[in-house]
Amino acid sequence: MKKQAIFAIAALTMGTVLQAEEMKMAVTTSFQNSGLSDVLLPEIKADLDLDVQLLVVGTGQAIRLGEAGDVDAILVHSRKAEEAFIAGGNGTHRTEIMYNDFVLIGPGDDPAGVASAGSAAEALTLIAEARVPFASRGDDSGTHKKELSLWEAAGVGESARDVSWYKEAGSGMGATLNTASGMNAYIMSDRASWLKFGNKGDLKLLFAGDPVLFNQYAYLPVNPEAHPHVKADLAAKLEDWLISDRAGALIDGYTLNGETLFTFNAKQE
Amino acid sequence: MNEILQGMIEAGRLIVTLDSDLIEISLRSLQVTVTAVLISSAIGLPLGAFLAVKRFRHRRAAIATLNALMGLPPVVVGLVVYLLLSRSGPFGVLGLLFTPSAMIIAQVIILTPLIASISHQTMRDMWAEYHDLLISLNTTRHQRIRALLWDGRRALLTASLAGFGRGIGEVGAIMIVGGNIDHATRVLTTAIALETGKGEFAVALALGFVLIALALAVNWVIHTLSRTEVGERW
Amino acid sequence: MVTRPILPLRLSGAVARRKGKTIVGPVDLDLGPTGCTIVMGPNGAGKTTLLRLMHGLERLADGTIDWQIPDVEAREAQAYVFQTPVMMRRSVLDNVAFPLTLHGVHRKEARDRAADWLVRVGLEAAADRQATVLSGGERQKLALARALIREPQILFLDEPCASLDGRATRDIEAILQAARADGTRLVMATHDMGQARRLADEVLFIHHGRLHDSGPAPSFFGSAPTPEARAFLRGDILE
Repeated sequence: MKKQAIFAIAALTMGTVLQAEEMKMAVTTSFQNSGLSDVLLPEIKADLDLDVQLLVVGTGQAIRLGEAGDVDAILVHSRKAEEAFIAGGNGTHRTEIMYNDFVLIGPGDDPAGVASAGSAAEALTLIAEARVPFASRGDDSGTHKKELSLWEAAGVGESARDVSWYKEAGSGMGATLNTASGMNAYIMSDRASWLKFGNKGDLKLLFAGDPVLFNQYAYLPVNPEAHPHVKADLAAKLEDWLISDRAGALIDGYTLNGETLFTFNAKQE
Repeated sequence: MNEILQGMIEAGRLIVTLDSDLIEISLRSLQVTVTAVLISSAIGLPLGAFLAVKRFRHRRAAIATLNALMGLPPVVVGLVVYLLLSRSGPFGVLGLLFTPSAMIIAQVIILTPLIASISHQTMRDMWAEYHDLLISLNTTRHQRIRALLWDGRRALLTASLAGFGRGIGEVGAIMIVGGNIDHATRVLTTAIALETGKGEFAVALALGFVLIALALAVNWVIHTLSRTEVGERW
Repeated sequence: MVTRPILPLRLSGAVARRKGKTIVGPVDLDLGPTGCTIVMGPNGAGKTTLLRLMHGLERLADGTIDWQIPDVEAREAQAYVFQTPVMMRRSVLDNVAFPLTLHGVHRKEARDRAADWLVRVGLEAAADRQATVLSGGERQKLALARALIREPQILFLDEPCASLDGRATRDIEAILQAARADGTRLVMATHDMGQARRLADEVLFIHHGRLHDSGPAPSFFGSAPTPEARAFLRGDILE
């Protein structure tokens, strides 16, 4: 045990000397919270001798980090923002890696009756009509943007979502789930964050499966022409790994409580 | 209540099993805050003594400013340091963002006014006491500051420990400039925020207990080593 | 160490003011190179201020104070023992060694010389104790050793025995007699008539900040020239 402590001290002080190559990647909370990163990162380290340092933030901030050149690549899920990122010359290209899905969570007694809804749009309409509490991320993240687009599609505009029942937490997925749990509110979450969440309280998964709830993750290396210091070669190496069959098997094979979370759909050139 | 109990059990388990992640982030917490406290003390303690000894035109304004800076919101400091160190900011070329160095820089900015201000209060009282003797002995300003710092060292230790207390528990600034990267910039406080976000209250609370224990242990060790409360010392 | 003589000292029309009010002066005075001058006078007469003025701790509002060499250098050859001596928060030995270390004397040598001085003032047993725990008499002895280690040409003392018992007072007087014998010029404010008679070569009598009488001790104690001084010597309270 003593040896372990000494080793930890040594590793900490000499850290940078002994370590493999490093790169920084901004990822969304759902990727980290799902636990998938804990599976992939050690494999990346083993295969490529590459330490990928994750900055776990919302999509909005991930994109800002890429624009500022503070990370070497980003892995996010908000198509419009990603395309704007490429168009702005901040990224070289966008590579789709995998998708997961969003689910609607709510109180166990389901006062709005969303469990029997036929579509995501119908489920949200039911919530709006019942005026039952709904917790929104409200942090400009990919999940937040997705949620907003679903409200628009359901015909519940911004003016219809008043604060008496629509609560913007302005926080990450976990913190917002804590808020929903505390208020016994409805919430839209990615499936992985929900399964991993430890403070469920009375909340239950009430609705899932509508194709509009699918959530595409894409990998975007930061443009070395805009930011000459970025580690473009490492970012390319990581990209090759992420679209490889080996990554595909790991992603498809990752389960939580017996449920598959991610579906690998990268196309190899 | 149940969750607090679970937290204590979890804390006990993490410590007894010498959990390697726990050791790593605890050591990093110490590394960041101790370094920041040393730098802040090297600046703040003499600055406090200087302000006590030297009379100049805007001295009162300087002291008032210093006291006001004690209340700097860490989140704002973090944001400003972030923008300065970002690759698109003025110090971007240094590549310091999301490193322990960035966390130390942010903490130095937060801790220096606190340490300098407490130092100034201590030094002001001592200077009132020593004034006539040191003037009579024809000391230079440099000699005065040295004598005050040396003779006030035990009181000044309290200033540094107050800085340590504020630094070790700080999360707002280091979360922003460090990024809470696993195995790189994750420390106890940012880990607590992360676990809370995951709804893992027991683990978060366990880390909280470890943090408190660490803060107490450091204070206790320093006081024991300096024998603050022993015998006829002060 | 200043080797050139700084005495005699001459004050011409020297005035100290606080908040526009004159506390001392104008004072005209000559202090010769040897002996012991006792400054006497009732409470609040300005004895302390006069000593501080001469030593340069009080700002000179008017007039001149002239040493034989420039003030900055002359300061080095002076020492001052305060009524309530400052006990630096360090050991007795380090308190006494402190003035030497200011002049770049090596720590070891400074402590050796300080130890010698502690023997001379009878504090050797307390060398390693913290100065702040000393008794009143011990504090004055420490202050004397700390002043005399600088080998001053002139030593100012502000009622050093004000709150001491008889035994401690006699110890202090013995140290002062020895210092005078070694050629240190003494200027001391005191209330204690007996002490004044035992030590004084010369007496200055001040009242309301003005110098009323000055002269050799025997003639002052025998037949003081002014009525205020005579009243003071009789023990009448002066306002």
